[in-house]
Amino acid sequence: MKRRDFLKSTAAVAGASVVSGPAILSSAKAQSRQETLLIVSESGPNNIDIHGVGTNVPGYEVSWNCYDRLISHEMKSVNGVPYYDRDKFKMELAEDMNVGPMSATFKLKKNAKFHDGTPVKAQDVKWSLDRAVSVGGFPTFQMGAGSLTKPEQFVVVDDNTVRVDFLRKDRLTIPDLAVIVPAIYNSGLVKKNATEKDPWGLEYTKINSAGSGAYKVSRWTAGTEVVMDRNDDWAGGPLPKVKRVIWRMVPSAGNRRALLERGDADISYDLPNKDFVELKDSGKLSIVSTPYSNGIQYLGMNVTKPPFDNIKVRQAVAYAVPYQKIMDAVLFGLSKPMFGAKPGTPTEVAWPQPHGFNTDIAKAKQLMAEAGYPNGFETTLSFDLGFAGVNEPLCVLVQESLNQIGIKVTINKIPGATWRTELNKKALPLYTNVFSGWLDYPEYFFIWCYHGKNSIFNTMSYQSKELDGYIDGAVTAAAEGDKTAYEKDVKSFVDLSFKDIPRIPLFQPYVNIAMQKNVTGYQYWFHRRLDYRAFEKG
Amino acid sequence: MLTMVLKRMMLAVPSLIGVVIVTFLLTRALPGDPAAYFAGPAADKVAVEQIRVKLGLDQPLIVQFGRYVQDLGKGDLGNSLTTGQPVLTEIKNRLPASAELTLLGLFVAMAIAIPLGILAATRPGSLIDHACRVIATAGVSLPVFFLGLILVYVFYYLLGWSPAPLGRLDVFYNPPASITGFYLIDSLLTGQWETFRAAISQLILPAMTLGIFALAPIARMTRASMLAVLSSDFVRTARASGLTPYTVTVTYAFRNAMLPVVTTLGMVFSFLLGANVLVEKVFAWPGIGSYAVEALIASDFAPVQGFVMTMAIMYVALNLLIDILYVLIDPRMRIEA
Repeated sequence: MKRRDFLKSTAAVAGASVVSGPAILSSAKAQSRQETLLIVSESGPNNIDIHGVGTNVPGYEVSWNCYDRLISHEMKSVNGVPYYDRDKFKMELAEDMNVGPMSATFKLKKNAKFHDGTPVKAQDVKWSLDRAVSVGGFPTFQMGAGSLTKPEQFVVVDDNTVRVDFLRKDRLTIPDLAVIVPAIYNSGLVKKNATEKDPWGLEYTKINSAGSGAYKVSRWTAGTEVVMDRNDDWAGGPLPKVKRVIWRMVPSAGNRRALLERGDADISYDLPNKDFVELKDSGKLSIVSTPYSNGIQYLGMNVTKPPFDNIKVRQAVAYAVPYQKIMDAVLFGLSKPMFGAKPGTPTEVAWPQPHGFNTDIAKAKQLMAEAGYPNGFETTLSFDLGFAGVNEPLCVLVQESLNQIGIKVTINKIPGATWRTELNKKALPLYTNVFSGWLDYPEYFFIWCYHGKNSIFNTMSYQSKELDGYIDGAVTAAAEGDKTAYEKDVKSFVDLSFKDIPRIPLFQPYVNIAMQKNVTGYQYWFHRRLDYRAFEKG
Repeated sequence: MLTMVLKRMMLAVPSLIGVVIVTFLLTRALPGDPAAYFAGPAADKVAVEQIRVKLGLDQPLIVQFGRYVQDLGKGDLGNSLTTGQPVLTEIKNRLPASAELTLLGLFVAMAIAIPLGILAATRPGSLIDHACRVIATAGVSLPVFFLGLILVYVFYYLLGWSPAPLGRLDVFYNPPASITGFYLIDSLLTGQWETFRAAISQLILPAMTLGIFALAPIARMTRASMLAVLSSDFVRTARASGLTPYTVTVTYAFRNAMLPVVTTLGMVFSFLLGANVLVEKVFAWPGIGSYAVEALIASDFAPVQGFVMTMAIMYVALNLLIDILYVLIDPRMRIEA
């Protein structure tokens, strides 16, 4: 290229002008817009198979909608919102479920087909459940929570019948078959794509949906969008109304809100609480807020080391937390308070339920003096930066309040990537965190969070033989169906956990969904993600 | 010319080796345990260990490095854990998105800054000179994400002129067949006018954001170097010979003033690639910057290493390009080389 030519061509490029205007949708596009649901959220899936290594929570949503399970839950109504019914099961791939004392038998729907047209057989079910208990990591762990641990438990009776043998009497076994993990895979297809190094075909299902579910993934660009189309041959239930679901990742919360308000997006969740309150007040959109089932944000204390090994110190902290301020200034009222039960309120057989502590600085000071810390002490309060929107202001309020009873708090912000590692070391003295269980039973929560077998969710390292006794008692009573013993044990472990207060429940967070007015059919599920199958666009 | 290119490329080799080693060590030094992160919230110690073995993170550092270099030799940059895709494919898909945006942003900046700089230099102290100073200062002082949000608020939310900030294309358009990866070029090559329009209307706001941010150094440099050239002897001679002001300014002075401007352009281009990260976040742009940031947050080693490698290679290529441009603009450089 000559110097003169180069200069000329630059000038030519510089001269080229750019003309454009907003795209106008043709009528065909408007039509497809009517049958398409556009969802925007902050982050998307990293794997569309829940059995995969490190599949993130958005990935669960794809699995839920693109795969079927043998059974699922019926809906009930809680405060006008369709809410999954913990105790009522409906058939999905199974046509019939017969639960005996030590096994359950499932007959499969004869017309059920995978996305590629192969019929769903008992062998697929057995292979899929074997896979769930064998791949390790989260899926195996979740199956274990329902005493489903060995491939021998799943027996093919004939082509259309499967039997699940129980390891022991456990009332969580059947509910555990209705969570996301025991999805049924097209075993022929996945086996064909498995390799010696990867016998369960995880690499294949990571990017391909191989199920029989109501939707199939037709395009997935990681970090950008997931496009799912309806499976018109779905046998698991009534045909969904929405033909196509487009799920776009929009990292900026402000833009998600703008998209909703302009009417370009149909649904958004994970908006900051403040935005939800303002959207609710504006009345332009429908906003649904539902408390997390079996979930609580709490303030945890490490009980193995001073000063929090002292029960009086823990109680003092529980009296010093500015509960109401947190509700108002951090959550804008979008959470269920878990404090301030009136004295004498009978303990309920339910979880979560409010404890009796209230903000009472004088009482907290007195307890600190009784504990031998009249001048207070210094400590650090840690939180997960991944949820800084709530955690940061919350911790600042707690810091301010604890300062009044002499506890000098340094706030320790931990990035999302390191949070779990730090928490699992069980060395943080004081921290805030959320726990919520898929299976909505009080004893399920307590086994993970308080039991002396010290699971990773017992972040306080709390040990109490008495409490363990109540929890074990409740589990046995539930399996045997002894209602009186069960209720007594549940009340006892709730009471003891409030008295010993190794973790202070703060509030029950809400799942907030904002939708256009013409979108209906939102259902609350234990996994808190969206179920596209019930949505409808008016 | 060819020997110069080859010589420059040889010089780049040691720096690339250095980049490989440093990024490897730096990513390992990141706080956070990818195994714990990817084992999920419900994993116990055993599950975390299982994941660690699966990811090969239980091996000593030197073994991990050996494996990394071996894979690199095969052109395999590893797999991203956050998106689940091979890093090379992701970078191949995302680089054109970033490049398209950055180049257009740079083009916007040049289209505004160079005429502005020239005008300011020919009339120092005038209204336009002050305007140039104010615009440049304002552009560089506004944080780029803030500027992006303001533009979205005004042009999308309030006025509705701009399409929804949803990435490269509106949801109801399919991307054009990938030839270059640049939607503008690909849609033109395949004759999809509607897609071209959709793509360019998505590009305008982010490109404006980047452009406004980048115009300051270009405008200042153009002005300064034009001032120097305009006061030199040959310009005086040209004026004295009765050439038109246009010929003097554009044909003679500007060409001589271009050298420092081109150097600045190279610098601006590289920092635009960095500033891109924030613009990509605001406009949900599926570019390489947002990819790297997400990977960094998750302690996902492979994409971070891949990103730094790509950037290093691009810097080397860019510097090479600038050197070649020098030769084309200024014949004296050829003799030195």
